[in-house]
Amino acid sequence: MKNKVYASFDEAVADIPDGAVFMAGGFASIGVPRNLLAALVRQGAKNLTGISNNHGSMGELMDVGKLVDNGQIRKMVCAFTAAPHPSRAATFEKLHEAGEVEAELVPQGTLVERMRAAGAGIGAFYTATGVGTETAEGKEHREFNGRTYVLELPLPADYAFVRAYRADTFGNLQFRRSQRNFNPIMAMAAKITIAEVEEDILELGQMDPDSIHTPGIVVDRIVKIPPAPKGIWDKPNPRS
Amino acid sequence: MTTEKQPLDRQTMCNRLAMEFQDGWVVNLGVGMPTLCSNYDFGDTDILFQSENGVIGYGPMAAEGEEDIHLVNAGGQHVTLQPGAAIIHHADSFAIIRAGYVDVTVMGSYEVAENGDFANWKTLGRKGGGIGGAMDLAVGAKQVFLALEHTTREGLPRLLKRCTLPLTAVGVVTKVVTNLGLFDTTPEGFLMREIAPGYTPEEVQAVTEAKLIISPDLKELQVK
Repeated sequence: MKNKVYASFDEAVADIPDGAVFMAGGFASIGVPRNLLAALVRQGAKNLTGISNNHGSMGELMDVGKLVDNGQIRKMVCAFTAAPHPSRAATFEKLHEAGEVEAELVPQGTLVERMRAAGAGIGAFYTATGVGTETAEGKEHREFNGRTYVLELPLPADYAFVRAYRADTFGNLQFRRSQRNFNPIMAMAAKITIAEVEEDILELGQMDPDSIHTPGIVVDRIVKIPPAPKGIWDKPNPRS
Repeated sequence: MTTEKQPLDRQTMCNRLAMEFQDGWVVNLGVGMPTLCSNYDFGDTDILFQSENGVIGYGPMAAEGEEDIHLVNAGGQHVTLQPGAAIIHHADSFAIIRAGYVDVTVMGSYEVAENGDFANWKTLGRKGGGIGGAMDLAVGAKQVFLALEHTTREGLPRLLKRCTLPLTAVGVVTKVVTNLGLFDTTPEGFLMREIAPGYTPEEVQAVTEAKLIISPDLKELQVK
């Protein structure tokens, strides 16, 4: 089986062209592929469309927001396009207000189901989410069993960046706890999936097949996260 | 009544909603005020907390220094897992939400209308918004409870005839707690069942746009 291990994040993202559509996993700051995003900031591809739960934070954390700050983002597709209060607006929100970037705001369950459809060979699906709201405007509505649903289309990408806990050289992936979130869905929805991995990469046969969340056939490149400070490792979220 | 006027604090509001949770319920708590519901002492009542990121059966916050770096609830708080907890991915998590496996979702809101519509993702004059999982939870959960201040900072009512802000979902709200009382949404409108200490129904009506139906059994809101 093919060995998909890359020596560095920079090599793993080197071919991403201007105008590419990418997905980045993570939810509530857990399972974010920070090392791949940092490499994409260094690589400098422009005019990118990003698909993620949100448009990134305004703090020091490496996330999609740093690509926005660096002027690399043309459009974001996400479940949040504004902070709860204007005083906490990140760069993306200010650029969006100014008309300098595009945003497509999608209910989170529809966002992930559209990704799932893209990675599952499904042409479209109907959901009751959003019926009677702005998000359903202009979309086909249809009644099934007395309930109204709205048509939603798949959301594919050129590249998916995911963060995993464990992997083998073929790219079989295992996630840990809520790190899983969007990651396995994005891994299936993109043409090229790149995983950053926390534990040492295992040889073939060292992972229990029943423990694999994402099969290696949908993963193209894997990179082991080096120790800090070279690699980006998470600290606990601030207490709230 | 001669009791001193006492608007309810946020913990009391959330405790009152938590009293409605039934044994065995799967409960989703929205970010912010609704998370206070988990502080209520449920005693022997078995409640299963679920969060959008696929955690089913989380428990109290982890002690400082004992946080699991991979484990948070939807608010990003490092919680613990209860015995019997399960972890699923985001698509399965929202499948569960849409398919009605969640008994109640508790959310904050800017506005709620007497027909059960509510609006909690976008404020006036802003281009973007934050939908998150609210629209999916609103149509999927068996019940939708809201916890919100009775009026805006400017004193304008939030319990309306019809919402003015962009809607989150249509006709789904079943119960509302504010700092002034507890309300059910009924086909006839808001039914006020309980009232904050020291307030009269007329005083609550005066800061409510919708016409309130006063329960014949109206009582002072108390937390057990």
